[in-house]
Amino acid sequence: MSNKKLSIIATKGTLDWAYPPFILASTAAALGYDVTVFFTFYGLQLLKRKLCLQVSPLGNPGMPMPMAMDKWFPVIGTAMPGMQSIMTMMMKNKMKAKGVASVDELRGLCLEAEVKMIACQMTVDLFDMKKDDFISGISFGGAATFFEYAGESDVSLFI
Amino acid sequence: MANADKELDATGLNCPLPILRAKKSLGEMTSGQVLRIVATDPGSVKDFEAFAKQTGNSLLESKEEGGKFVFMLKKS
Repeated sequence: MSNKKLSIIATKGTLDWAYPPFILASTAAALGYDVTVFFTFYGLQLLKRKLCLQVSPLGNPGMPMPMAMDKWFPVIGTAMPGMQSIMTMMMKNKMKAKGVASVDELRGLCLEAEVKMIACQMTVDLFDMKKDDFISGISFGGAATFFEYAGESDVSLFI
Repeated sequence: MANADKELDATGLNCPLPILRAKKSLGEMTSGQVLRIVATDPGSVKDFEAFAKQTGNSLLESKEEGGKFVFMLKKS
């Protein structure tokens, strides 16, 4: 019996949005799926050797803030210098306290489970990124490469 | 109830780590052996059912014990 297949397009490069592709990819792999993730535009940040992902309260009214800050803090306050670093630090601490894996750990588990990771060559060139910036074990390709896997997938997601 | 051949402590871990660790532990076991998992993530109750259903390993037992969730998985 051939394995089920999952293909994902990961387009976001923030700490919060790094989770869905890596959680789904690693879990699907554990369930016996063959998984391919295609990273494009800001999603390329998730493949950087040195991850520096952040989360921003700016323009994100759905983000719960500690001590009900979102209730009394003016929206413009979320644009204050340093706010992003503070929120990122708080989010990371909260995740650690709740036993949520780090992005680095989940990514490692994906690689261990032989999840195929493809970096979009066009956006790598667009942002003048170098192959050395990325972790090893990934490949580079374009839209046609994605469809080589997506075309025969049972599940395909755009994140 | 079958005795466990291997134990996995997944307490304090959150989705999807209990499943991923269980998968890894099962990989080190032989067919017919039983893995006992202890978790604290309430989501793991549904998740281990789903994991067993999709991977063909059988979930012999799933119970709550003093605020913790205990699962017995038999490797297919």
